[in-house]
This record gives sequence, C-alpha cells and structure tokens, in this order.
Amino acid sequence: MAPKSQQGKSLGGRKKPKTVRNKETLSVSEAEPMNMENMGHPEIYPLLLTTKTQEIFNCRVNEDFTDEQPYKLIKKEDFFADFHKRAAVSDFYPFKKIIQEYPEDELLLVYDKDFKYGFNFYLIGTEEGKENYLNPPAVSEEQEEQKELKEHAAEDILIYKPPVSKPWVSLGSEKEIAEESVKEPTKQITYMISRKRSAFGAPIQFSDQNASSVKDAYIECTAYPDKNFTIKQLEKDVGMQAVPQVKGTSTQTRWTYPKNAAVQYYPREFLEKEKETLGQSKPFTDFLNNASVSVEIALQQNEIMNTFIDDWKCLAEEEGTFGDKTDTHLKEFQSFTDLHSLMETMITCVSWHPDIYGLIAVSVAVRLSLEDRVYFSSKLLLQPSLILFWSFSDPIHPQLMLESPDDIFCFKFCPTNPNIIAGGCINGQIVIWDITAHVDRIENIKTGGNRSKKPILKPMFLLEPDSNKEAMYIRHCAVSSIENGHKKVITDIHWLPDTFEINRIGSVFENRSELCCQLVTCSADCTICFWDIRPQKTLTPQPAEKKKEETIEIPFDVPTTFLHLDLTWKPLYKIKLSKGETTLDHCPTKISLCEDHLYKAQDKLLAQNKVIKPEENPYQNLESGLANVLKPIDDFCTKFFVGTEEGEVIYTDWKLERDPETGRLMTKKPVNLCTVHDGAVHTVQRSPFYKDIILTIGGWNMAIWKEGVTTGPLLQSSCAPKRYTSGHWSLTRPSVFYIGREDGYIDIWDLLEKTHEPAQSQNICITMITSIKPWAFSTKQQFIAVADYYGTLHILEIPWTLRRPSANEASSVSHYFEREVKHLEYVEQRKKIREQHKKEMDLETEKIKLKTYQKSKEQLEAELQMDYESYLELEKTILLNLGLIKMTDRMSLIDVE
Amino acid sequence: MTEVEETLKQLQSQKGMQVPLVVNTEGIPTTTQDTTTTDNPTTTQDASLMYSFILKVRSTIHDTDPQNDLIFLQIRSKKNEIMVAPDKDYFLIVIQNPTEQAALSAPGVVP
Repeated sequence: MAPKSQQGKSLGGRKKPKTVRNKETLSVSEAEPMNMENMGHPEIYPLLLTTKTQEIFNCRVNEDFTDEQPYKLIKKEDFFADFHKRAAVSDFYPFKKIIQEYPEDELLLVYDKDFKYGFNFYLIGTEEGKENYLNPPAVSEEQEEQKELKEHAAEDILIYKPPVSKPWVSLGSEKEIAEESVKEPTKQITYMISRKRSAFGAPIQFSDQNASSVKDAYIECTAYPDKNFTIKQLEKDVGMQAVPQVKGTSTQTRWTYPKNAAVQYYPREFLEKEKETLGQSKPFTDFLNNASVSVEIALQQNEIMNTFIDDWKCLAEEEGTFGDKTDTHLKEFQSFTDLHSLMETMITCVSWHPDIYGLIAVSVAVRLSLEDRVYFSSKLLLQPSLILFWSFSDPIHPQLMLESPDDIFCFKFCPTNPNIIAGGCINGQIVIWDITAHVDRIENIKTGGNRSKKPILKPMFLLEPDSNKEAMYIRHCAVSSIENGHKKVITDIHWLPDTFEINRIGSVFENRSELCCQLVTCSADCTICFWDIRPQKTLTPQPAEKKKEETIEIPFDVPTTFLHLDLTWKPLYKIKLSKGETTLDHCPTKISLCEDHLYKAQDKLLAQNKVIKPEENPYQNLESGLANVLKPIDDFCTKFFVGTEEGEVIYTDWKLERDPETGRLMTKKPVNLCTVHDGAVHTVQRSPFYKDIILTIGGWNMAIWKEGVTTGPLLQSSCAPKRYTSGHWSLTRPSVFYIGREDGYIDIWDLLEKTHEPAQSQNICITMITSIKPWAFSTKQQFIAVADYYGTLHILEIPWTLRRPSANEASSVSHYFEREVKHLEYVEQRKKIREQHKKEMDLETEKIKLKTYQKSKEQLEAELQMDYESYLELEKTILLNLGLIKMTDRMSLIDVE
Repeated sequence: MTEVEETLKQLQSQKGMQVPLVVNTEGIPTTTQDTTTTDNPTTTQDASLMYSFILKVRSTIHDTDPQNDLIFLQIRSKKNEIMVAPDKDYFLIVIQNPTEQAALSAPGVVP
C-alpha cells in the first residue's frame, strides 16, 4: 500500500513535496498519465476531479470523503459509462488504459486533501497498491499526523524482520569510495642490491677521467635553439646620415693654342710669251671663231630687246594715292596776310624754312614808287621793315618778325644753318639775322597749335599768355658797311655752297669748315659782290679807330655772332658787269651759280687742325678762311649766269684775270650774252634735276638754256598775253615749271606735253604775282607759295598729277633737251649752209645779171622769137585743156602730155 | 694673233660691250687686250670666279642628263650681263651693259 511504500522508501519520501510541485502540468495529450513513479509510487495517479465528476461519482469533497475514509471504491463500469458519456471530457479519460487493465472491478480513488501528489484526488492503479492502501490506511493516517515521530516510532513499533537482501543498487557511492581509496597504480618492482661489507665506509678515492673518452660517461644536455624561445627582432631603431658622395678627379689636357697663319698666294697667270704662243695656236683661233658667233648673236639680241622687262609693271603707273588723280588744279591751302602794317605792303621774297614743316618766311616791302618813298620817308622810318615768319598753325599772327633797317628785297636761309638768314636791302646793305635763340619758339609751333585746341577750363586771368602768340621782334645781327657795299637795291642774294670758298681774286678754294660762309649778291648798281661772314684776319688800326667812333649800343638780346661784321662788313670781292667802253653797264637782276660741288682732296694734316665742337654753334667760332693756306683749285667752274634788267642773259666768269696791258686784275668779258627777253629778267634758275639746264623768265616770254650751248636758248617761248613776273621749276617733276603772271594767273608748263604754250593756267589772286616758291614736304604733300603784289601769301597744294613724275619723265626730258641741242646745232649748221647757199645764189644772180648785159640785139630777137613760140605752145595746151581744140593725132597728144 | 685680235675687236664693237675675256681649262685668263684699261687683278678675279661657276653649271647639266651639254650661259644682273660661250678647251667670257636706261633719280628739295 501506499503508506508502506512510503515507509520503505523514506529517503525518497522526503523528496516528495519538492518534486511534486515541480511537476504540475498534466497535458491531455500525454499518452501515459503521470504517475508518481519517480517518487517510488508508480501506482498512484494524481488527478483532478471537477465538481461535475465528483457529483457523478459521488465523491464530493466534503460529503463523501471524510478524514477517516478519504477513499472510495469505484467500479470499472462507472468509469466506462463516464467514458461513454463524456469521452475525452471525462477526468478519468487519461487513465482509460489503466482502468481497462485493472484486473479487478473496483478502483480506489483517494481524496488527497493535502495535495500530496499535486491534485485533489489520486487513483491507485494497481491492485497491490489498492491493497496497500486499504490495509494500512489506518496506519498511514497515523503516520501522516505524526510524520517525524514515525521514524523513531517505527523503530519501536517495527516488527523486526530480517533484512531481505536485495541486489545492491549502485547509487554512485562506490565511486566515492574508489576515489578516496589509495591504490597502487603499478606493480612495484623490487631490487636487491648487495655490496661487500668492507666496502662500506671505506675512504673514497677519486680519479680523473675524461668524460668524452668513456662511453656514456656523461650525459650531455646539449643546448639547442629552441624555437619557442627565439625572439625575432622586428623593429630596430637605427640612425642614418646622408652624405653626398663626392669624388675629386682631375685631368690634364693638352692645350692647343691658336696660331695665326697666313698664306699669300698670287693668281696663276700666263707669261706674255706664253700668251702669245697660245694666241697663235690653231685650236685657240678655232675656238674663238666658234664662240664669237654665238656671243655675237646674244649680244645683238640684247640690243634688240630687253627680255627681262616686265611689261605689265611698266605699263602701270606708280602706286595709287588717295584723292582724285584727274585733279590738276592747285588747291588753296592757306593764305597769310599781315594785318598789322600801316601802309600797303607787297611781298618781295618768299622762302620756306629748310627744316621746319609749315614755316615760311616772307619779306615785306612797302608798295611805293621811288618818289613816294622819298615823300613818305619820315613815315617809313617809323615803321620797321620786316621779314615775317608764318606758320600753318596760326594764320593771323606771324611767329617771328625780323627787323631790318630798310625794306628787304631778297633774303635767303643759310643752307647749313637755318638759323642764319641773310637779306639784301633796298638801300644796298646786307643784313644778317641770327635766330638761334628763338629757335625753340618756331620749332614748337606744331605743339603750340595742338595745345590751344584742348579745352582749357581756366578763367581768363589765370591763363598765362602763351609766348608763342606774341610775335617777337628780332633785331638784325649785322649789316654791311654802307660805303663799301652796294649803292643800289640788292636784287639777288645767294649763299655759296659749303664745299668751296673764294678768295680776293676769285680763285676757288676748298672750304674746310663745311659751313656756308660766303655770300654773293648782285645789285642794281651793276656789280656783283662776294661777301664773307668770317672775320677778316688783317685788322688795320684804321678800322679800329673807326669802330670807336661808330660804336653803337647794341641791345642785349642780339646775338654777337656777327658782331665783327656789323657796319664794317666789306665785300670780299666785286665784279663789275660792264658793257665794254660804254657807261651803261649790265644791271644784274638774278644770278645763278654753278652748283658743282667740290669734292675734297684728302689732306690729313689740315684735317687734324680742324677742331669743331659739336655743341656750339659753329658760326660762333668762325675762323678766317684757309684760303691762304690752300692751293687754288683750277678746274672748278667759275662761270655763272646772270639775268639783267634789259632782258639779257649773260654767261660770265667771276674769276679775275690779268689785263695784259695794264697788269691789273680785271673782270673777264662775258662768255656769252643773249638778249632774249623783252623785259627785266626776274628768274634765272637751274633745274633741280639737271645741273646745266637753266630757266630764265623775263618780260613776256621764257627761255630754257643749256650751259655750254652758246648759240642760244634751247627753247624760247612765244610772247605770252600777259607779262611774266615770277617763276620756278617744279621740285619733283623734271618737265614742269610754274610761271606767275601779271594778272594773278599761274601758268603751269609741261615740256613733255606742250612746248609752245602752258599746259595749264590757273587764277590765284587778283594782282601781280611777285614770287613763287614750291616746297616738297613729303611725297604726299607738296605746297607752292605764291606771293602777290598786295601782300598776301597764298599757300596752295600741288595735286598728284603735278607732283608725281611720270615714268621715264627724267629720261624723256633729257632726251628732249638733247634733241633741242642737236636742233640748235643743226640750225647753226643750216645757217652756215644757208649762208653759203645764199652766197652762191648771189653769185649766180650776179652772173646772170652780167650775162644779160652782154647780150646783143640778135640775141634779143632770137629770144623774143623763142618767147613767142613758147607762148603759142602754152596757148595750145590751155585750149586743149579747156576742151576747145580737139586732139587730131597722137603726136600732138604726146606733145601735150 | 691678228685674227684673234680681229675677232675680239669685232665683238667689242657691239654696243655696251666691255672687254672680252678668254679663260682656259684651268681658269687662267689667256688674253688681255692691249688697248684696254682693265687692270690685271680685276680680270684674274673675274676669270677665276666665272671659271668655278662655269664648271659648276657644266657639271650640273651633265649630272641631270649625261647627254646634255652646256652651250651658252647668260647671267643677267642689275647692272650688266655676263655671257659665256664654253668650249672643250677654253671659255669666252663677255660682259655687256644692257640697253635699258637707268632712271634718273630726282633730288629731294631745292632750298
């Protein structure tokens, strides 16, 4: 029964409550119902009975079960009926199997009040269990009330039963025993060692022994590298220094030094003898014959035609320019008039400034006849005579005004120094100005004009007066001596070229100073004077005294360049143009010098003496001429052309010659003299292109001369409708020149176009043109300055056609001149022939006349008869021709014919 | 000699001709006219210069076409024309001034 079983296994029973609580759940799907097997009660099946089941089976908790009888016997059939009724819902369903297997009819259901087995009821599944329970239930009740005591009591109560030996169930205790028991692992080996008794305790004797000699005498424990103990050093701290590797080496080279070496050779040449033999050899002559043929052909071909001419290029005229090429008129550019002068003035001479663009100088003279001059002489003294400098930029105010003692009729800029101007006065004096101090004024004219264009927003009183606007009066630097110079108006003045100079007798010397220092003037007193602007070497005491008397205060601002000349200037040399024995002399109006440049001979010694400082004005330190030192040059052409007042053109020499009779130096007689013009010759000018072609204009016609041709002018124009009053060659076209007329017209002549009349005629102003001066600034711009009698200076622009020379113009013109020369020669020859012819004719007529006087009467009659017969014949022919007489026979026809 | 002279004079009578010059195969001038004014250095210089040039031309023509040969050589320069007639032994060199005229250059300005 259960309680017994409980006793039997008290150890297990103590474990009950704990394990019961652990196993609570009883899953329905369990195949086997849970039993208390683990407690040692496999027959006990705890189960839970619901109240319904308790009612069915009449095992209600407090009604049917008591403490004394907490069990009930239920029949199997009841269980099966319950199963039929309630199937799975039945509480006993899980125990269906057990109930079916239960051998007996009644099962024991025990109410477990204390929930010993987890549920409120338990079923005992085996008969044996049932029996156990039924039988000792009374015992078990007692034991349950006195659990603890029962163990002790059990000893008293127990009926001693000899313990039934059961097979020992190992519960693990033998292990503990085994662990704690001591056992010998292996079987022990016993050794027995014996030794002689006498050996015990004997003194020990040690001996040496080489350990290695005896086998197994020692046991080595060799060292070996154990990898476990080797440590590889993975990192090492090392210091380094970088040092450039320098290597010093040296070599020694062999120095090859340059040496100058020269070789002289001479060309191989044949000796004369060899040449001769060679020349005579046959192959040479053959060769020459053969070769010369072809060479001749080639030469002739060249002569016939130049195959290398580019016809296309030659056809075209030169580069196109802007502007109308057909325009041939001179265009008015600007005009200048002096508005400040009191009296009416006219312009006598015009000259462009050689260097400065747009600057033109004009000499102004009063427009009065000699009578009026005398009449107004007092008034004239007050008004200074001026040379005005006009600039393109300012048409109202002249830039500079040069004062002179009297009216200037001609002036010229010095070619080597444009700051020196020499002018010839109406009273025969030469005046020199030096405007070096005022150069910057006139040079900056261009910029001054530009400056004024900019708008200056300053009030008027702050504006500084432009010094350019004020015209400065510049006094002349030097004038020539009145007694020794010319007596009448100077009509022309020229600077001698800087290549040569003249001494007192007119010999030509080389001019070493490269400066223009000599002038030549001609005046109405029939003399031509040569002047030198350098100080004269010989200073006699007389002039010094004279100087003292005539010291005049010279104003401060006058440069002292020519102080030595002032008022004491004498001409170097004078020529009188006399007409021979007659008192009337030639009155030269213009001269034209030969423009040959003297080429200097090399003379080292004298060249070293020349010291010229470039900064200084060379004219400051003019030394007197070296004419005394040098030898005169003989073959220089000293001839020049002179135009006179009477219209003659004289070609004369300025060198003095010794008169064989008197031994004095006399002027030579003119080489050539031609009266060509009807009035005073006012232009004698050399062509800028040909050194020996001279244009002379005077009166009503003009003439072109060639130097050396003494028979006459190459070309002489016919009388013009108006008088010619001025003229000038064109500067760029060899065949063009301009002539100004009395009525204000300019005639433009083109020799290649027409030679009998001007090519063009253009009106410039209303009055007589007094001076024409063209000037070429550039290839694009060329001006012509025309001065008129009323004092106005007109600047005109020359059109393209008049300034651009056509192709081969120069050669054509020179051809023309050559032709003219030949023509003149031919004319001369023809003249001679004519003369001869004429002589012959005269002789013949003389003869005939003589003959007629010798005729007799008979001859007269015979002659009369002859005449009559010839008359009859004549009548016949005329009548035949008229058709009045018929032709009868052939003979008469032939006769007629 | 006279025949040679005659030929040379005939050549020289052409218009614009300067002295003819004959050079042998080594480049040495063989003739100088007695009447000429050209001094020796110029002739020898001319001869040597032309000689090397002629040889060059000849070799050029031969190289381009071996069957071709130089018959005549004309060099036109600005100032004159040089003509060369070669032969197997000698060269005849002639300088001529061509017929076109040099244009006169107009001077700038007359002061």
